[in-house]
Amino acid sequence: MSWNWRAIWAIVRKDLKSVLKNKMVWLPMVLVPASLSVVLPMVTFILPSLFGPPTAETEDLAPLLEQIPAHLTSQIAGLSDLQQLAVLSSSYLVAPLFLIVPLIVSSVLAADSFAGERERKTLEALLYTPIADLELFVGKLLVGLLPAAGISLASFAVYSLVVNLSGYHIMRRIFFPPAAWWPLVFWVSPGVSVVGLGTTVLISSKVKTFMQAQQASGVLVLPIVFAMIGQVAGLFFMDTGLLLIAGAFVWLLGIWLIWIAARTFSRRELIARI
Amino acid sequence: MREAIIIEGLTRCFGQTTAIDRLDLRVGPGEVFGLLGPNGAGKTTTVRLLAGVLRASAGRAQVLGLDVATQAREIRSQVGVLTETPNLYESLTARDNLLLYGDLYGVPKDVLPQRVQDVLDEFGLSHRAEDLVGSYSKGMRQRLAITRALLHEPALLFLDEPTVGLDPAAARLVTDTIQELSRKDGRTVFLCTHNLDEAQRLCDRIGVIDQGRLLAVGAPRELARQLWQRVWVEIDLHGEPSAEVDQMVARMPTVLSRRMEGGRLLLEVADEEAIPEVVNAISGTRGRIYGVRAREHSLEEIYFEIQGGGRPTIGGRL
Repeated sequence: MSWNWRAIWAIVRKDLKSVLKNKMVWLPMVLVPASLSVVLPMVTFILPSLFGPPTAETEDLAPLLEQIPAHLTSQIAGLSDLQQLAVLSSSYLVAPLFLIVPLIVSSVLAADSFAGERERKTLEALLYTPIADLELFVGKLLVGLLPAAGISLASFAVYSLVVNLSGYHIMRRIFFPPAAWWPLVFWVSPGVSVVGLGTTVLISSKVKTFMQAQQASGVLVLPIVFAMIGQVAGLFFMDTGLLLIAGAFVWLLGIWLIWIAARTFSRRELIARI
Repeated sequence: MREAIIIEGLTRCFGQTTAIDRLDLRVGPGEVFGLLGPNGAGKTTTVRLLAGVLRASAGRAQVLGLDVATQAREIRSQVGVLTETPNLYESLTARDNLLLYGDLYGVPKDVLPQRVQDVLDEFGLSHRAEDLVGSYSKGMRQRLAITRALLHEPALLFLDEPTVGLDPAAARLVTDTIQELSRKDGRTVFLCTHNLDEAQRLCDRIGVIDQGRLLAVGAPRELARQLWQRVWVEIDLHGEPSAEVDQMVARMPTVLSRRMEGGRLLLEVADEEAIPEVVNAISGTRGRIYGVRAREHSLEEIYFEIQGGGRPTIGGRL
């Protein structure tokens, strides 16, 4: 089958234009990355400076430091307690939270594109056009995938800038990103987008509204929160090897979900439910 | 010239429910065909089957010479569908809606902007082309939806309840548009409706469907003739008939009853063939005839007779 990319991009453009006109959809996509990329690092670095040396935190850091892998210990060796705290909190402890960005963006957009289209009663006319089922599906996936990738990269860039700027008075050098962030941003994060997309597309086929799809897919945040808690509790620590393995798992899961979603995405099924 | 639509034994079941039951029908090119029936009769399902978005459980159908089971995509690129609700993107402008569908229907890129402008002009929407569709009235949305269905210049149009929910003025505008599409452009129109006045105005032939079964097919007049053999004839004599005319009419075996109505003589005759005989007889008595008109049954009468009688398929070009 030769792909009708003109039709696919028309779907992408249309959905993205619609998103920009719908505050309910774009607001979480702006607020979540802004909170994680700007507010969180500023709070992490500026508040301790405003309220004096964080002695309590540095005391709490001791058991954590005991559990981190040797190669990471060497990375922070020679730094002051405050600098160690700065590196660990900005570069490792909150790192899993960064994955919320691709997840939220992809699932919100997928919920709008799949469940929202049906809710707005605009799907039927689309199904009468010559676009193939798979082309329509791919167009709608790209609606979630491309902005998720773009916003994630932009958030990473902003986070890097804000962390280095707001932490400069502590570190006195540019210290972010560490090596482990590269697989996080370029390997795990897109995989998480795919998982978010696949799950939301499957959920969207079962629910009637955008809000229901979005709420149901919110459960996907839980593994990310558990990952962060696991790190803080010292169960594991984010490093390049672990991220490569986790990324492979996430990609496999995401591709499997998309494959199931693609198999069930048929205009004959969709129109029967309108 | 090939038939625009050929349907043979088309059946569609949803679980235990038979939505379309062994449908047989042919629609000629350039014809305006009306599928009439109550809500849930199977009209929309028929359109979905013919447009290849729903698979038939049994039977076969061809649209514009293409098989609905194997060439659905080609069919969709050559037909236009107006759905019961306009299905427009309210957060986009009218022009953006049309450009999107132009891309989806494969209208050549270099001609698409001009084609969009042309149809907007033709349907009187160009002055609102840059407005969001959400700000449009129901009538304007329906016109835009028709515009969208015509953008790729389809040879066949499926119109599903095109005037439902519209005020009389907007409905009139839409029916005028449909009439023009058929008369001026020679397009085949397959109209699903439960609006009998609309069908009477627009359709060359009608089919009556109920519970998925086609009860009757034919031109309204043809159906009336098959349903009621007797014909009522209005004869304008400019006043009461003379005694001579009255006696002569009373003696004619083909005249079954007579009465005066609105200053005209109203005769019930055995069939259409009796009309010239009656006219000749009146003229023969030196009665002056100013007008003769066979009173036609309205589509409403025909429809309810078919529905009420539950008759099997009668007449027409099945």
